[in-house]
Amino acid sequence: MKYKIGSIDFSILSPEQIKNIARVRIVTSDLYDADGYPIEGGVMDPRMGVIDPGFHCRTCGGGIGECPGHFGYLELAKPVIHVLYTKVIYYLLKYTCRECGRIMIGGKSGKKTTQPSTCPHCNAQQKKINFVKPYVFYEDKKELTPLDIRERFEKIPDSDLKAIGIKGGRPEWLILTLFPIPPVTMRPSITLESGERSEDDLTHKLVDIVRINQSLKENIDIGAPEFIINDLWELVQYHTATYFDNELTGVPLARHRSGRPLKGIIQRLKAKEGRIRGNLLGKRVNFSARTVISPDPRLSINEVGVPELIAQELTVPVHVTKLNFKEAKNLLKLGKVNYVIRPDGRRIKVTEENRKDLLEHLTTDWVIERQLQDGDITIFNRQPSLHRVSMMAHWVKVMPYKTLRMNPSVCPPYNADFDGDEMNLHALQTEEAKTEAICLMDVKHNIISPRFGGPVVGLDLDQISGLYLLTKKGTIISREEAAQLFADAGIDIKLPLKDKFTGKELFSLLLPKELDMEFKANCCRNCDECIKENCEYDAWVKIRNGELITGTIDAKAAGAFKGKIINKLEKMFDDKEIVKKFIDDAGRLGTAFIMKRGFSIALSDLDLPENIRKKIKTEIDKAQEEANSLIEKYKKQQLSILPGLTAEDSLEAQVMNALASGVSRVSDIVAENVKQTDVMVMALSGAKGSIINTTQIAAVVGQETILGKRIKRGYLYRTLPHIKPFDLSPVSRGFVARGFKDGLTPFELFWNIMNGREGLMDKSLRTRKSGYMQRRLMNALQDLKVVRDTSIRNSNDQIIQFYAGEDGMDPSKSYWGGLNWKEYVKEAE
Amino acid sequence: MPKHEILSEEEKKELLERLKIQEKQLPKILDSDPVIKKINAKAGDVIKITRNSPTAGKSIYYRLVISK
Repeated sequence: MKYKIGSIDFSILSPEQIKNIARVRIVTSDLYDADGYPIEGGVMDPRMGVIDPGFHCRTCGGGIGECPGHFGYLELAKPVIHVLYTKVIYYLLKYTCRECGRIMIGGKSGKKTTQPSTCPHCNAQQKKINFVKPYVFYEDKKELTPLDIRERFEKIPDSDLKAIGIKGGRPEWLILTLFPIPPVTMRPSITLESGERSEDDLTHKLVDIVRINQSLKENIDIGAPEFIINDLWELVQYHTATYFDNELTGVPLARHRSGRPLKGIIQRLKAKEGRIRGNLLGKRVNFSARTVISPDPRLSINEVGVPELIAQELTVPVHVTKLNFKEAKNLLKLGKVNYVIRPDGRRIKVTEENRKDLLEHLTTDWVIERQLQDGDITIFNRQPSLHRVSMMAHWVKVMPYKTLRMNPSVCPPYNADFDGDEMNLHALQTEEAKTEAICLMDVKHNIISPRFGGPVVGLDLDQISGLYLLTKKGTIISREEAAQLFADAGIDIKLPLKDKFTGKELFSLLLPKELDMEFKANCCRNCDECIKENCEYDAWVKIRNGELITGTIDAKAAGAFKGKIINKLEKMFDDKEIVKKFIDDAGRLGTAFIMKRGFSIALSDLDLPENIRKKIKTEIDKAQEEANSLIEKYKKQQLSILPGLTAEDSLEAQVMNALASGVSRVSDIVAENVKQTDVMVMALSGAKGSIINTTQIAAVVGQETILGKRIKRGYLYRTLPHIKPFDLSPVSRGFVARGFKDGLTPFELFWNIMNGREGLMDKSLRTRKSGYMQRRLMNALQDLKVVRDTSIRNSNDQIIQFYAGEDGMDPSKSYWGGLNWKEYVKEAE
Repeated sequence: MPKHEILSEEEKKELLERLKIQEKQLPKILDSDPVIKKINAKAGDVIKITRNSPTAGKSIYYRLVISK
């Protein structure tokens, strides 16, 4: 029988409905009898559903998985308030007449926010209603019991309720007289290893409610004193409240015997691990694997090395046909099939014992669940999946050992490194999924970022240093060395008939013959006048017909996010294999060369000659003196005040400026005089580090800041007790006048640590905040779409934009977010 | 401030026909917005906004004036 859902509406249950949907009346708080069987009329009554395999439901006869479970109900001795509706109850009490029950609107005071003093219908005097969280109501200091409230609500006419928009039930149903007991299937008990039963949190809560209700009823029957009854009534109210929500403000948490807070119904649904976000929007999946990742540059960028252990566990279904019958049989024979599915739908696990038998019976129409093997397509993912490129399709390569292996060039899109990162792998199960992954998600189709039209896959670190050293001026390599280099890199190429090669010639072998381009390399010094090909730093990259003529290959040429050659290749060729091969080969060539040459740095690389050190010292002193003279001027009130700033702020701005320009002059001196070592190779090629890092180590760290300002916090009028009050000098406000190599004074160290702590705090706070902001933004934008008339609309068919992004540009087809009009002009010529 | 102008009845009709939409599907702007007060537009008017864009040169946007 198949039904289609016509409509759903949400409303509250009336006592009659509660009784009607229930199959059991709960009368006792005991769960099991002496033999361990559930008691009838108890909270675990077997008529409320089955949770033990092998048993059948006493109500519907269904087994486990068939029987949906059935409700029970409990008759409350005294009614209680439904805590989740206290707000509605409060408003209804406030705005309905205590005598006639009509809604008090239409009177003289048109404002709805205050409680009317008299009823406009019967002129009855109203009393002040007070709501004390979580669930107590007072009328002129006198407590209103749920019974009183219920009585009042019964008087409200249906027509009035309709007028204020209350649909789907009577307000008196907000006061519970019958309590629905949910089916056991939604609160299954588990049997521990010791044979002991452990009940669900909700069951515990229900037992409490039933037990207290029972004793309340008994006390009423024997005519116990009122205070005892009220205490018990209050207790029933407490238990029903925490059953619904155990995080109510002003209510002590209901706890398990172990002290762990119990989970109310609200807690089951709410937040990250709740039913909505944890189980409906995100689920655990089968056919997936997770382990530590490590690099393997021998793999291509769209491959993933899968450990044998994982490959043996993950499977792919293969339909046995006439065409693949032999292979399928062979796989089964070799033990590379984990399950077989017969045409009747039975899934059989392949074991040593039944393999022979299965081999005999295997025919077409069977499906075998084959182990993962080379050439399968999988989806590779690293969390947080902020990007579409956080999930890409990789081809499987089964390998020994226990880590997932990947080409280091795909680290940037995943934002992965190998300091212990783990990643997930998903084996695709249907032909449609595989095809879609191959056509859309393969790494080679995702080299260009959908965010800014530049490559996200590209070289990094040593690969860039390697290419820089290989292609810079003066690298000469003999034929033997060149052959060895390409062999090491695993590049199959025919060397031209020459005895000696320059690095540029060798790199050119990787470029397609059609490539023509010119651009500034990362090592460009931004001279006032660019002399292009004649650049003394060899920073003008010129490629003609796939020959690197001048310039050095570095981050701007082949790096991730920056690489212009990768970008150009990707846009030139429809066959992305060419781009993929370039990235693979360039990365391996760089690594091979750097290993041949050797690469090492030392602290002494940052030594500076004595005269330069003196020069730096005077520069720093000069900057500090300048700052001090500004402070002097400020104290004499002669300082020029900058527009829009107070005197203090003007001083701060000018002091910061004076010190910063001092540091930047030092930086220039360092850049000119530091030894040309591998440290500088890394900085110039854009592989890692910068001139600022170099200056900070070799010469001067500079101003440490808190919230972008000089350090001010600490004691009254001073930063540390060792400093005189009102001292505004650079040293007392966080200026570090030494480099890390020379060592910092105790004060300076302290400033540096303050700054460091701020950075740390900032980082953790920012990632949390931006994560939430991103979630909100995604939820807001997820169903926007471009329709045929180029407008962007939401799910209500409302127009958001008339032309995507106001310019109709696809960022992934742009040139780092903009238009490369020079290129278009050149093409047109 | 980009140029805001009120569309005439005919222009408005033409726009809605061209996009095959109803008035309420347009993006909205409150009549309490300073620019709407300045150009003296009334609820129900459609405003044509001409914006400068570094990538598109000029881009045109329409908004329906509504009252709160």
